[in-house]
Amino acid sequence: MDAAAAMDHHDQHESTGIDHRKLGMWVFLSSEFLFFGALITNYLLYQGQPGFARPYPAEIYDIPFTSFSSFALLMSSLTMVLAHNALARHDQHATRTWLLATAMLGSVFLGGQVFEFTEFITVGAMKLTTNPAASAFYMLTGFHGFHVLLGILMLLTLYGISRRQGELSEASGLNLELVGLYWHFVDIIWIVIFTVVYLLASVPAGVG
Amino acid sequence: MTATAERRPATTIFRRPRSTTGFWGWVTTADHKKIGIMYGYAAFIFFLVGGLEALLLRIQLSSADNTFLTAAEYNAAFTMHGTTMVFLFIMPISAAFINYLLPLMIGARDVAFPRMNALSWWIFLFAGIFLYSVLVFSDPAAPAGVEGVSGNLDPADNTVLGGMPDGGWFGYQPNAGPFYSPGTAMDYWALGVQFLGLASLISSVNFIVTIFNMRALGMRLLRMPVFVWMSLVVALLLLFSLPIIAIALFMVTFDRQFGSLFFVAEAGGDPILWQHLFWLFGHPEVYILILPAMGIVSEVLPVFSKKPLFGYAAVVFAGAAIAFLGFGVWAHHMFASGISPVAQAAFGLSTMTIAVPTGVKIFNWMGTMWGGRLKFTTPMLFAIGFVAMFVIGGLSGVTHAVVPSDWQQTDTYYIVAHFHYVLFGGSVFGLFAGLYYWFPKMTGRLLNEKLGKLNFWTMFTGFNLTFAPMHWLGLQGMVRRTAYYPPEAGFDFWNLVATVGAFIIAAGVLIFMFNWWRSKKHGEPSGIDPWDARTVEWTTPNPTPEYNFGVAPTVTSLDDFWHKKYAEDSEGRPVRRPEAEETLTNLMETGINPPHPIHLPAPSYYPILLAAGIPLVGWGIIYHTSFVGKLLILVGVLVVASASFGWSMEPLEEPHDEHGDSEPSGDGYSSLEDDA
Repeated sequence: MDAAAAMDHHDQHESTGIDHRKLGMWVFLSSEFLFFGALITNYLLYQGQPGFARPYPAEIYDIPFTSFSSFALLMSSLTMVLAHNALARHDQHATRTWLLATAMLGSVFLGGQVFEFTEFITVGAMKLTTNPAASAFYMLTGFHGFHVLLGILMLLTLYGISRRQGELSEASGLNLELVGLYWHFVDIIWIVIFTVVYLLASVPAGVG
Repeated sequence: MTATAERRPATTIFRRPRSTTGFWGWVTTADHKKIGIMYGYAAFIFFLVGGLEALLLRIQLSSADNTFLTAAEYNAAFTMHGTTMVFLFIMPISAAFINYLLPLMIGARDVAFPRMNALSWWIFLFAGIFLYSVLVFSDPAAPAGVEGVSGNLDPADNTVLGGMPDGGWFGYQPNAGPFYSPGTAMDYWALGVQFLGLASLISSVNFIVTIFNMRALGMRLLRMPVFVWMSLVVALLLLFSLPIIAIALFMVTFDRQFGSLFFVAEAGGDPILWQHLFWLFGHPEVYILILPAMGIVSEVLPVFSKKPLFGYAAVVFAGAAIAFLGFGVWAHHMFASGISPVAQAAFGLSTMTIAVPTGVKIFNWMGTMWGGRLKFTTPMLFAIGFVAMFVIGGLSGVTHAVVPSDWQQTDTYYIVAHFHYVLFGGSVFGLFAGLYYWFPKMTGRLLNEKLGKLNFWTMFTGFNLTFAPMHWLGLQGMVRRTAYYPPEAGFDFWNLVATVGAFIIAAGVLIFMFNWWRSKKHGEPSGIDPWDARTVEWTTPNPTPEYNFGVAPTVTSLDDFWHKKYAEDSEGRPVRRPEAEETLTNLMETGINPPHPIHLPAPSYYPILLAAGIPLVGWGIIYHTSFVGKLLILVGVLVVASASFGWSMEPLEEPHDEHGDSEPSGDGYSSLEDDA
């Protein structure tokens, strides 16, 4: 291809100077805020309503345990940044290590959520069908867990590509950044959920 | 979706499709124009389906105590009429226009994510088919997956038509919940609308990035055609309102299928929450339906008035203001639901406020026509019809902002009259103006003007006969969503008039279809600039070449194309430049024989494959208590996952041997057009 055509071709791209995919990810994440906003609102609406069948979610939280899994998720943001940083230094080995570490920490969080749900259902006797607050709790944290799961799958795919090709190319570097954006978003949402839903939880007067 | 794409061609499940013509060319295409055309035809087919449902409703209401439909069939028909017209006609045909025109209007060769664009289209199509598969699969006696609830419908309702969703397009709870709508019909509705929302969400991200990132050189934001601006506003509205309805619909599906208690009042659930969530989406949705038509009208009126759009910036900012305020007026749909007086006052005020930017637009359109040399072509007639009918619908809309008046009007035919004046007299007339105006872009031919005028006047007459009487029927107290009215109510005459009007509309639609079918083959050839247009999309030959522009355009002003053809004399009147004809000939020449090789999005199998997995999951969820259901979920998830994986492994562009190089940046383009 001659240079003029290349010019012609590229002149019409990226008026903002930001890669399409990166801009697209930001735009998508802005929509996701509304998604979780609606879920959190549902929960807040129902958590303090009197007269529901017990238990309320706030009665059976295990804050120390959830703090631990939240800590694992927070640390995964750190390892994500380290992976990104390692790729910028062209340290392929470290990139792979940190990617895997991120996925592992995400899995610890997800495992914690599975354990928590199981405990709540069997020991705490709080099911999706117990009361509207429980419904809202499971739907909110469940959708968040689903987002974490998707993130883990994306991380593992990056890891697999890196293993097979022996390196992450420049184009994959952008993909790593995109996965990173998504991962940090999922993390930030959890900070809000953990604070608002768990730590500031309330039950109606006379309960618990 | 492309998060894990790599550059080197890796093992792919399929060989990359090569064909750009024929059946597979359409199935695997990532070309925004082909996708736009497919959107358009599919939407029109759904328009006919929704229209048939409307005719059934009108036949039923043509006389008092009519027995043409059972009450259940009537409920199903109005539910599916609304759902079809909103989600399967106006939204996708707007998407058709945006798909086809947006890249052309900003001087781009495609959208930012061509394959994701194809994905949106296929998800939309499969979601529409999924929604209507209820006709085949719905079983009124089937349990909804909630203990203690089994089908208790009247066997008389067990007809094909009566088996469709019947809870209204608004799906009010608890009426549409598991206890009052047993059977699977409303599950089809909740999941179908959910999937349609997913398609729109993907589109909205795509359009926003395209507009921000792919404008031609010199195309600043305030030089974009108004239609592009309105597309941007619509995409932002979709982006922020769809996640809310997604959650609300998930709540319904969970209530119905998994026994959650969100809207079950007996357990403490709050049915009013559904109304809040639905209308928090639903009111922005109203602007999603009208703004593309407003964009079209803002393109058509200046061209046929031979004047620039009056107050371009005001029109643009009014559109943005409507969108912004549109998120703060939702509770005016709920004045009769018992919300507090303070909320009623606040939402009444905000609703009056939104009339201001709308009024700004109306005055700007009138200012555009004022003193212009008007040419009453068919697109112009539809555009003027839009303005006139929208004023009527807008004014009756303002009356809903007055709370006591709204209490009187709620759930009467006055409301039905109002929103058909804005959605049919508004949106649909605007969209028809667009179809007549841009038909040459797609075919290189003009639609027949005589038939076009006949089409307009038939639809205009039929429309007013149908919906104007509903104003006074409503004020007399005729309630909507009811299959019967008693003879002593005195509603017979105007209902009969409305029914006759509905059939006149249908005749107008048939004239349009005949005109389309005939003009596609025998229409007058349009040349490059049939309307003496103002915007960049007309600087490329008709029908649009695959690569859009032979040479990527450069823009120096608003209405750039016009200024290339016209100068001004000392009194500001347009004078055609002597070199105008030469400019057009050159554009034609470079458009047909581009001087440089051009890159086009490569076709792909993965969008349609990924989309095909989604309705499988939908059916699986509805029958999740059975083995078949679980299997369907599994297969659907596997299809989606493997398609996503194959997609991400598919290189963004095919390496092209002819040039012996590959594109340095991953922009999703591949060279298919190599003859310079």
